[in-house]
Formats: sequence, structure tokens, C-alpha cells
Amino acid sequence: MRFKYVVLGLVLMTGSDVFSQSKPANYSQKIPGTNQEYGMVAIPAGEFMMGSPATEAGRNEDEGPQHKVKLDGFWMGSHEVTWDFYDLYAFKNMEKEMAARFPDPEKSIAKTDASTRPSPPYVDMSFGMGRAGYPAINMTQYAAIKFCKWLYDKTGVFYRLPTEAEWEYAARAGTKTAYSFGNDPAKLGEYAWYKDNSDGAYKLIGTKKPNPWGLHDMHGNVMEWTLDQYIPDYYAQKAKGEVKDPYAPVTELYPTSVRGGSWDDEAAVARSAARTPSSPSWKVLDPQLPKSEWWMTSASFVGFRLVRPFKTPTAAEIEAYYNPPLIEDY
Amino acid sequence: MEQKRREFLKASGLLAGGIALSPFTSYGFNSQVDDMIKVALIGCGGRGTGAAAQALSTKQNVKIVAMADAFRDRLEDSYKSLTSKKYKDMAGKTVEGTAKVDVPDSRKFVGFDAYKEAMALADVVILATPPGFRPYHLEEAIKQGKHVFCEKPVATDAPGIRKVLEVAEIAKKKKLNIVTGLQRHYQPNYREAIKRIQDGALGDIVGGQVYWVSGGVWVKDRLPSMTEMEYQMRNWYYFNWLCGDHIVEQHVHNIDVANWVKGGYPVQIQGTGGREVRDGIKYGEIFDHHCLDLVYEDGTTISSQCRHYEGTYSRVDEAFVGTKGRIDSFANNNTVLKDYKGGVIYKHEGKGDGNPYQIEHDELFDAIAKGEYKFADAERTAKSTMTAIMGRMATYSGKLIKWDEALNSDINLFPDKLAWDAKPKVLPDENGFYPVAVPGKTRTV
Repeated sequence: MRFKYVVLGLVLMTGSDVFSQSKPANYSQKIPGTNQEYGMVAIPAGEFMMGSPATEAGRNEDEGPQHKVKLDGFWMGSHEVTWDFYDLYAFKNMEKEMAARFPDPEKSIAKTDASTRPSPPYVDMSFGMGRAGYPAINMTQYAAIKFCKWLYDKTGVFYRLPTEAEWEYAARAGTKTAYSFGNDPAKLGEYAWYKDNSDGAYKLIGTKKPNPWGLHDMHGNVMEWTLDQYIPDYYAQKAKGEVKDPYAPVTELYPTSVRGGSWDDEAAVARSAARTPSSPSWKVLDPQLPKSEWWMTSASFVGFRLVRPFKTPTAAEIEAYYNPPLIEDY
Repeated sequence: MEQKRREFLKASGLLAGGIALSPFTSYGFNSQVDDMIKVALIGCGGRGTGAAAQALSTKQNVKIVAMADAFRDRLEDSYKSLTSKKYKDMAGKTVEGTAKVDVPDSRKFVGFDAYKEAMALADVVILATPPGFRPYHLEEAIKQGKHVFCEKPVATDAPGIRKVLEVAEIAKKKKLNIVTGLQRHYQPNYREAIKRIQDGALGDIVGGQVYWVSGGVWVKDRLPSMTEMEYQMRNWYYFNWLCGDHIVEQHVHNIDVANWVKGGYPVQIQGTGGREVRDGIKYGEIFDHHCLDLVYEDGTTISSQCRHYEGTYSRVDEAFVGTKGRIDSFANNNTVLKDYKGGVIYKHEGKGDGNPYQIEHDELFDAIAKGEYKFADAERTAKSTMTAIMGRMATYSGKLIKWDEALNSDINLFPDKLAWDAKPKVLPDENGFYPVAVPGKTRTV
């Protein structure tokens, strides 16, 4: 075993401000003992048509059939997770330094140290595209999940990756068009960093218009990890009868499902319904064996954002979520 | 099959050299596998294991037949990784790792001298130990008539470089291929862009910057059971006789690109460096930053920076300016040559480009199978490694260092004796701190 899991204590959720209100509100998650915050947008429970109609330009087979999906409510990150945030988790020394700069005797960020952390990457994982204020990239789905656990250890609040359905529901923000602003890719530049305007690199988060629910960079900048295995005909399997909170648990390392286009993609890939399967080629530049379970090395177009369900899962469910079996990387 | 085998033997100099022990009969593999290329892995860490997997993923009939490492645990971990992986055979059929890794306990060699016995069993050797061993391992491999894949850098001091340059000459005479792990030379965007630069697309190259500024690498703890030799071997990154400092171990990649683009090696270097954040006893003797002026024969100065600071701007990349245009970056496989009016001279979009680490092996094993000799990597890599060592000489001493005095330096960092109870040349003081170079005081040539 190259991994030792630290068994989580049965941390029960403490009632935070947001629960005392009758209707969940947007909030900002402060990270104790740092100057970092992460904006969370309340996404109400509801239903939507998942996938795209056969007539949509640029559509792929895996987006159909369109079918009705019902979802519980959740908060979703208003932005992609940045390096400022991710590096605190990836580099323990930076966390310690931050704790010294922002002392918080009650809840120092350096206090809890049960987290499994990424190994230091051999090369610069931002590939020179910038760090402060830019989206973190090149992490594996496993590393992104362990980031959520680290954040849980620091804040006591359960965060996880979005399911594919949650992601698309939030991206659409009540719209039925190819993009959350309509069907015309000519307008994409107002909302997204993609191949035609990115000049070959990701950009500072939140520098384009948000979607109707206030979420930035859902269409471009970096693609985002979801929680799901990528199953091409999953919608065909699910489309019979009512579909509630669909989710395809990961049983194989590849492909898993990634959503939203990136700085390196054509407009069609940035559509709300577009699905992208992950690939072993995303680790092609890792010269080591075994390959890193923390860094993709060749996925400078993939990042993630966080979700928090309105209804907090049980401690056992949380523990199971944060400790997925480590799948050997071939 | 026979034809191929003969060509291979002839090309590798084994027939001409009259070496009695043919690698094809030394192991008793039967005739149905007579086109098999046998590989020994010397240095079984993560990178060596990765290189072995890449060798096994070429189109040739390759088998790992022997492994060697100073440490048994590293060797066993590597064996486990290689055998648990799946590969493709010559027909493109997926086979279990055990079909391609034929290394029973009797062909696992452990210790400082393990490499010699492992090499004797192979046609090709992969050298992936810490770089300090490279000159001695290369010398033995070429003496034994083996083709080589070896990782960069190829030495950590000037005597080591001189040895590698001698060995490179012998390899050339024996027509033994040596491919080195400066993989940018096998990466399509570098190859294409630099080919155009050399054809004059940017005019004369008159300046540039090369960088390896990043967050640093692993540190291993000292365990009570370790002798000083074992501690340094486990923590090899922080000791110059093994690693050469991060300027040599990592930044050699970028310095080599400067040399490649300039078509030569610096005639002199001056620079500055030190230890700003690596202040603990666990960081051995190396610096954490170096900043150099590389001055070439035509007077061009290329600046070079490397550092290991967490939480700072990071960039691992190169940029150059010419009289007609510039190249700002090679990162992300995307490379654009631009003129000064913003016009695009050449654009390389690398999505879907092959993996340079795999291409290294594809080209090496293809050449071996065809009986070709075509690799001048060893000499070039020795000289680029020398450039990085020269940079370390400049920052450690604070002096202006000239190429000839650097290359002729007699300072030999290698221990007089290799054994677990032998003493390396650099030892900690009573508080556990290793001596660190002081510019203006430390002598480096």
C-alpha cells in the first residue's frame, strides 16, 4: 500500500449561518487561518432536460436522448478552484506559512494534519500560465476528491465534486439553449475563454460574464472534473422513467466525465450539454512508473469546482466519499 | 530473422570486436526469440521503471532480462510495477507484464557493483541511477559493447564529463547507440521550431532566457539505522557527488535548449546563487537558486534562472530573440515563431503530439533493430551537462568561469570508496549541517 488512509473521526456537521435561514443563501466559505475565501452560489432543487436535442449544432451522440432529471438543491462554487487555494493543500509549507501570517488560535489552518496530500510535482504544473488568481489544473480526479477532504478537515463543511447532472443543471441555469446565453457561438467570447480568444493559455477566473445563476467560467477557461464515470450511452440507460439525482460511480480510472470547455477547445466543446471523457493520454508526459496518482502532467486544460449539497450526508457517507479505492494507473 | 540478427551483431561491433560472449547465447534463450532485444535496467527508481516500461512499449521484441539497484527495496518495487503493467507484443497483442519482464531472483542484482553483472546479460542497458554514477556505468556499458539509454545529466563534475566524452568517442567507433533523456530533442514542437530557427527563420539569435523556477522536490528522512552513505544515497538530490545540485539535475534541460538554439556551448559563465529557503539540516549541501549569464562565442548572452521556492512564480521553459523575430515559449507543446510586427512565421500546435519519452525509446530500438548507428546524444549531453556544472562552479565560487578551465578542473566529488560503511567526501558537522559553498571563498575549479 502506497497509501494510508486516516480514518475520519465522526465529525458531525455544526449548524452554520446558512442553515438558520429558511431558504439557503449564497455564502462565502472562509478558510480559517488564511486570507482565502470561496464563493458558493445556492442552486435550488428542480428539474431540467439533460442532454441536447438532436438538432443542436456540434452535438455528439453521447448527449442523447434528452431526458428529464430531478435534482436536490446544492451550492456550487461561483468560480473554479484557484492555485492560491490548491497550493495550500498541495504544499504543506505554504499552509504553515499562511498560518503564521493569519494566526487563528481557535482554528489554525495548520492544526489539522490528517490529510493525505499530493506528492511534489517534478515540473511546474501551471506550465507558466500563471498562478495567483488562475485556475488550478493538471490534478487527477482522485487529487481533487482528496482536496475536498482536506477542506473538510479545515472547515468541518462537506464539499465534493459535482455530479455530471448537477454540473449541467447549474451550467444551464434554467436555459434550454446550447449555451447559457443562447445558441450563437459568435457571442461565446463575452462569456468564455476558449480557443479563439485565449491565445494559448488559461486566464484569471471570473473575468468573463457569469451565467444567469451567477456562475463564472462554466463554458470555458478550464474543463472541470465531475464525480461520474463517463458512460457514452448513460442517458439511454437512464431515460426510461423518472430520473432523480443520477450519478455513475467510478469503478475504472478511465474514462471519467469532465464538463465545460477549456482555453484549448473549440466553441462546440464549451456547450452546456457537451461531455468529455478523460484519457490515459492526459498523463502522457509523466516519465515515471508508477505514474503519479496526484498529477495528470498533460491535462493543462482540466481543473474543478466544488459543490456542497443542501442536505449534508451522514458521517459514514462522507467517509466513504473521501476514501475512494485507489485505482492503479496503467 | 537471421538477417536481422546478423546485422544487429555487426552493427553493435560485437563480431568485429571479437567479444566471445554473444549476448544472444549468453542467456540460453531458444531460437524462436532470436530477434529479441534484451534489456538490463540499472537504477530502479520511478524514472528507471518508467524508462523500462517505455522500452517495453516499442514495436520491437524487447524483454527486460536483468535489473540492478543499490537497494533491494527499490528493485522489488520496480519489478512489481513492471510486471503488473500490460504491454503490447510485436503483433500488437496485449500481453501481461510477466511475459515481457523475465527477471527471476537470480537476475536481480543488488549493491554498488550490481550493474556489471546485469549489463553482461543484455543487449541494451537503461542507466537511470543518480547521475553521479553515470560516467562509470556508461564506461562499463560501452566496454561491454552494449547500446544505451541513459538519463540526463551524465555526470556531476568535470572528471566525470571528461570520462563520458572519452566513452562517447569509443561508442562512436563501436557504432553503439546512446540515447540520452534530454527529451526535448524528441519532442515535436522543439524539433520543428528549432529546425526553423537553425534555418534562419528568426535571423541570428542574439539573446534569450531559460528557466526552471518551481517548487522543489522530495526530501527523505534520516532513519537511525542509516549509515551516512545510505542516507546520502536515499536523499541523493541534496548531494553534489550524486545529483550535481538542481541546476545540473533539472536545469540542464533548459540550458541544453540554449546550447541547441545557439549551436554551441558558452565560452564563459558568471552568476549568483545561494540558499534562501532551504535552511534546514535535511537539505544537504545544494543551493536553492542560481542565476547565470551564459556567454557564447559570438558574444550573445542567454540568461538562465533556476530555483526551488514553494509559493512563487513558476516557469519551466525557454524563450529566444533573434534579429528577425522571437519565440516566447515552448510550454504546453504549443510554439509560435513571431516577427516583430506581430506576424506569425511558424506555429506548432502540439495537441496529439507523441510522448517524447516514448519517442526516445521508439527511435533507439528502431535503430538497434535496423543495425543503424545515428545518435550523437552522448557528446552533446555531456557538454550541456558540463555547461550546467560550469554554472554551479560560477555560483558557488562567485567567479567568472571559462569553458576550458571548467572542463579541465580536477575537483572530483566522487567518494574514494563505495561501500555502505565508507565515508562520502562531504559530511555533516556536529549539528547535522553540511558545508555549503560561500561565493568569494569556495574554490570550484
